[in-house]
Amino acid sequence: MSEELHDVRLRVNGATHAIRVPARRLLSDALRHDCGLTGTHVGCEHGVCGACTVLLDGRPVRSCLMLAVSAQDADLTTVEGLTEPDGSLSSVQQAFSDCHGLQCGFCTPGFLTTIAAGLEETPDPTEDEARDMIAGNLCRCTGYQNIVKSVLRAAELTRERS
Amino acid sequence: MTTRLFGTKVPRVEDQRFLRGQGRYVDDVLVGQRVLHAAVLRSPHAHARITDIDVSDVLDLDGVHLVWTHDDLTGPMAEPLPLLIPHPALVHGRTQFALAPEEVNYVGEAIAFVVAEDRYVAEDAVGRIRVSYDYLEPVVGIPAARAARALVHDDVPGNVGARLEQENGDARAAIAAAPHTLSLDLTVERSACQPMEGRGTVARWDPDLGRMTVWTSTQTSTGVRGCVAAKLELDLGQVDVITPDVGGGFGVKINHPWPEELLVPLAARTLGVPVKFTEDRREHFISSAHERGQVHHVEVGFDDDGRVLGLDVEFWHDHGAYTPYGLIVPIITSTQLLGPYKPASYRVVFESLYTNTVIVTPYRGAGRPQGCFVMERTMDAIAAALGKDRTEVRATNFIQPDEFPYDQGLIFQDGRELEYDSGDYPASLEKLKQLVGWDEFPAFRAELAAEGRRVGIGLACYVEGTGVGPYEGAHVHVETSGKVKVATGLTTQGQGHQTAFAQIVADALGVRFEDVEVVTGDTRRMPYAVGTFASRAAVMSGSAIHLAALRAREKALRIAAEALEADEADLEIVDGVVRVKGTESQIDLGTVAVLSNPLRYAFDEASKAATQFSVGDPGKPPVAEGEEPGLEGKDFYSPERSTFASGMHAVIVETDPETAEIRILKYAVVHDCGHLINPMIVEGQIHGGVAQGVGGALYERMVYDEAGQLLNASFMDFLMPYVTEVPRSIEIDHLETPSPLNPLGIKGAGEAGVIPSAAVFAAAIEDAEGLDHPGLAITAMPISPSELFALRHQHSSDPEETA
Repeated sequence: MSEELHDVRLRVNGATHAIRVPARRLLSDALRHDCGLTGTHVGCEHGVCGACTVLLDGRPVRSCLMLAVSAQDADLTTVEGLTEPDGSLSSVQQAFSDCHGLQCGFCTPGFLTTIAAGLEETPDPTEDEARDMIAGNLCRCTGYQNIVKSVLRAAELTRERS
Repeated sequence: MTTRLFGTKVPRVEDQRFLRGQGRYVDDVLVGQRVLHAAVLRSPHAHARITDIDVSDVLDLDGVHLVWTHDDLTGPMAEPLPLLIPHPALVHGRTQFALAPEEVNYVGEAIAFVVAEDRYVAEDAVGRIRVSYDYLEPVVGIPAARAARALVHDDVPGNVGARLEQENGDARAAIAAAPHTLSLDLTVERSACQPMEGRGTVARWDPDLGRMTVWTSTQTSTGVRGCVAAKLELDLGQVDVITPDVGGGFGVKINHPWPEELLVPLAARTLGVPVKFTEDRREHFISSAHERGQVHHVEVGFDDDGRVLGLDVEFWHDHGAYTPYGLIVPIITSTQLLGPYKPASYRVVFESLYTNTVIVTPYRGAGRPQGCFVMERTMDAIAAALGKDRTEVRATNFIQPDEFPYDQGLIFQDGRELEYDSGDYPASLEKLKQLVGWDEFPAFRAELAAEGRRVGIGLACYVEGTGVGPYEGAHVHVETSGKVKVATGLTTQGQGHQTAFAQIVADALGVRFEDVEVVTGDTRRMPYAVGTFASRAAVMSGSAIHLAALRAREKALRIAAEALEADEADLEIVDGVVRVKGTESQIDLGTVAVLSNPLRYAFDEASKAATQFSVGDPGKPPVAEGEEPGLEGKDFYSPERSTFASGMHAVIVETDPETAEIRILKYAVVHDCGHLINPMIVEGQIHGGVAQGVGGALYERMVYDEAGQLLNASFMDFLMPYVTEVPRSIEIDHLETPSPLNPLGIKGAGEAGVIPSAAVFAAAIEDAEGLDHPGLAITAMPISPSELFALRHQHSSDPEETA
């Protein structure tokens, strides 16, 4: 017995991907394996670690807790879409490089998308607000010290660039 | 003059791809190409005999390509997995099979292997396999293993895999004669590495070339390569193992081969289609590896100053169901327990015990956190018994700076003498006291006590043997473009090797940092290597790369001297250009590379300069005797023994008088890893280690029930620190006592941050509680608020609290 397939149109980073997937295909798997956007990482597949966070209509969501079919027509942004059109790093990405906010890089895409959305809402965070912003994402390498600095640095860079 | 990069905070080159989402982790390999996906049926029982496996429903499922049980495996694949590190004391070493033949010994042990079109279908198929079991009594936890009412393996009496004793002096006699004695019982529970990326393997068999390519998320490419070749009966030369970007290791990925690391390549060859296995989080909890679980008994004798006259430690190590990694963890505990101290005599004996739980292999720190916990709790107990300051008792027992090299009279994990090469422990302690405000703490405590708040301070010291052998190697190749390609065989899982190693090459060779590209963990580029563990990468590969770059430099100078008609001694290499000092005469390294390889055929403008009518003395062979074509350097570094890094941590904690919640107010680290290649990277390693240490001390434990089920096998239930659980800041001070054992004077830094955590938190919490609960001792870690609450009740002078 073959699985029923569904035609789904995913709009990711401004481009449309027409994919045929079973109803049970997770959005995280669809992004990675069907759209080939492997920047989104899967760390736990139960919504706790935050590595798979993408932006859905600008809001951070865990792509491992969502089915691809339910993302039809939504506007998705993955880590690949954070980079500026000219290929340079966005403020959040540059801040992570400036502050050594990443080591193995596996959790990083989830932090970057989360912070990108967080700074839209809180463009000038205090240190406590920076901590709150990332309090739902796990990192096993950095001890978060430099990620907090990266949030503050990203806010600073965004101000400098605007 | 080129600025020296060694010792500077060079931003990491690898960040560029990671930040753009362009890292290449193992699950990213072959995306967009035809690849099949594997899933594994794992034992749901901790101890059972398999009586039947029925796979008849599986192949009916659309999209399933293969299902294997042990009966389908032949030759070496049907034999047990290798025991990686044999030891004469490991008289009852046991390893599991790639797929269990008759008996399963832990929940999670692999029983059947399925390959299907995608992982979803593969898991559907796994769900259709029916296994019948005869249940056996599980052995869970150290007390049950010691009691040996049931046996994990019928032929291992008492569940004891190994018993090892080492002694320096006559500790028991010294204790008997000592003016003061104490005994302590100390326990550390199981935890695990939990890298954000689990295990994963992809394999592609190329029938045209007869070659197997394996990508695997490992800490040892060459180790996996050897195993794949041996098990699949291929020549080593037919197997390439590539470690792509790795999403964290922390030790667990040094164990190999995992069953999937063999089954995936075998399936790829059998099916003629690439196969991928990507572990999920639950699988990582129940079928990779854990560590830390040990129970210790200490007898110590000391004099009026607190000097340790005799130390006698007995401990029991829970190694789980099998022993693929030998006795490394308990050997490290038993030796590194000594830390920076020199007890007049020391005896240690351990038993390594079987239980029906996940196997145990090194986790960052690898037995040292337990050893440090034991030694530092002992130091604190001595200070309390004598009414002395805890730093004073430690200082009394320190090895002094003029006593190096200091031989502890034991054999270390690498089979070599436990001989410390360098360090300055009194200086570290002085720095730590300043950094944390040790002498000012009583005033601080009084100030907070006035507000009804309860705080405590603790410190802990450790020594870590880093850079264990046997060796690492490096290859440095200057291309005709002037770009420098560097390869070393050990792997990378977040340490920034591409940056740190490029710094070393830029300095040694005299080239621009941007022109250096470093590849790690690819057996095609460097087939001789060991792996990344034991804080060894910077020491081992860093040294090898330095030496290889110097060889390339020597060769460049020889060729350039001839081309420039100058004396080698008058040449310098700056930013990739060889020049005669103080003149305009120069030649760039790319051209030197062209000249190094005499050609018959030109392939571009630059190479014309190396063709036969352009270069060479007709009276001499084009490649001089003793030379090889190409501007390359290759070298290996193989030290006689490990180099010993050290450090000390201190923490100030606040405990809530009502809820027993534990809050970190200040965390201070003094660290000595010799010369720092990139201080930014070293500090990042310390931050991460401290956070993992906080997890291990206050939150993380593997909760098994009596049936051997792991009850908290998810990130919902196994509590890893978020930003909300780590110190708000970590104060760091470095001491640099260079190692005399390697050319760069470096020592390892990767594991250090996690080693003293259990010890330092136990000390601080006990200190915070001591005034209100006399006699309250923290003897088991991790400690939760509820456990602290219970301890308070046992040691309360307040009748209401004990009620």
